[in-house]
Amino acid sequence: HLATSLPLPSERDHLRPRIDLIAFMIDIKSKYSLKNVEASLAHVDASFFLGKVCFLVTGVGRVNYCSVETNAIWKLGEVYCSPVLYCELELEGIRVATAQRLLRMLQICSGQIPGVSALSFGSLMRNSADE
Amino acid sequence: QENADPQKTAFLLRKQWTLYSVTPLYRFSSANLKEYARLLGAFIAAEKQKGLAVEVGVDLDIKVTFSSLPDLRGSDQDQAAMLVQLSSRSSVPQKNSEEKLMWSGWFCCVSGDDLSENVPEDFTCLPLFLANGAESYVAIVGSWFQKTFDCRFCRLAISPLNLTWMAAMWTGCKVEKNASATELVFSVPCLPQPLDISYAIHPEDAKALWDTVQKTPGEITQEEVDLFMDCLYSHFHRHFKIHLSATKLVKVSTAIASAHCDGIIKFLQSKYLIGVLMLLTELAISQIQ
Repeated sequence: HLATSLPLPSERDHLRPRIDLIAFMIDIKSKYSLKNVEASLAHVDASFFLGKVCFLVTGVGRVNYCSVETNAIWKLGEVYCSPVLYCELELEGIRVATAQRLLRMLQICSGQIPGVSALSFGSLMRNSADE
Repeated sequence: QENADPQKTAFLLRKQWTLYSVTPLYRFSSANLKEYARLLGAFIAAEKQKGLAVEVGVDLDIKVTFSSLPDLRGSDQDQAAMLVQLSSRSSVPQKNSEEKLMWSGWFCCVSGDDLSENVPEDFTCLPLFLANGAESYVAIVGSWFQKTFDCRFCRLAISPLNLTWMAAMWTGCKVEKNASATELVFSVPCLPQPLDISYAIHPEDAKALWDTVQKTPGEITQEEVDLFMDCLYSHFHRHFKIHLSATKLVKVSTAIASAHCDGIIKFLQSKYLIGVLMLLTELAISQIQ
């Protein structure tokens, strides 16, 4: 399900399936996308931040188009205890690899992988990122 | 940090300079400038012979001069700036044949300790190169330098993020009355036809806004730059319902200087020349490292 911002319209609440993972997309070329994500984060229930949220940063291929400070994004990941993934959507290889990663994360978050919970996977990802 | 003598640096103002970063030069000596000028002149003449002539059908001799600009540096730790100029003179001797300046390029380093402290002895750090004139001469001069000093030239682009820093820093500078407006140019992405938005602000209003944002004089933080830009963006949005933060900032013009994201700069006031060069040196160094 794709949305340009949160909260999702309440009229369709009863028809909506369970949400297992929220991926917030930030375009490094657009300060506006960061502001939008920051505003939307306020509408997310705290329980999601136990491994069911991630930040997907796009447009990282071209350093000279950067309008968002990478430190600001890193801080966002820290504050909301969620992993930050970087990708370049324009390159097919990276696009496919990122989609596979997200799918894997989704499988874990929806409980389909026995022995691995969303929370344990989330902290695993964050610990390896710190190294 | 002294200000450069305005008379000596006046020729640098109000010209469009294309920016490059240059890796440290191996076994360069500022005592050999005359020799370098001779060697570069011979190299250019040889390239012309090979048929790589820049100006077709014109019989021109190209005279090369190398000179030092000792005032253009941040401290004594920095290598003095060096200017290379190509002038043309008709090869047919004429009484009043004038030399016409065709191309200028200068290397400089302002407060480049980050780089110069970390290079071995035989290397000279002049990480910033600025060129004015035909690009084909940059290619020829650049390839001579690369061959002679084992260095590498690379175009220096300026990201929108760095442009916002320049906008904030330069707006904060004190300028006299009748200073030109602060202008920001944004390019709107994802449209079938390119669209540029120009946002001009009265320089006193811009400075007044910056003065309310900046907490410590002489210090600028990322938060302050962000807040300054956010104020400008929301003001624009209130009037035009357009989110400038979703577009790409491509050019900043103030009374101090103007900068374009393709790596093009114009210095407008000699008083702030060193300050702008310091910022550009920093950008060049981060591109090199």
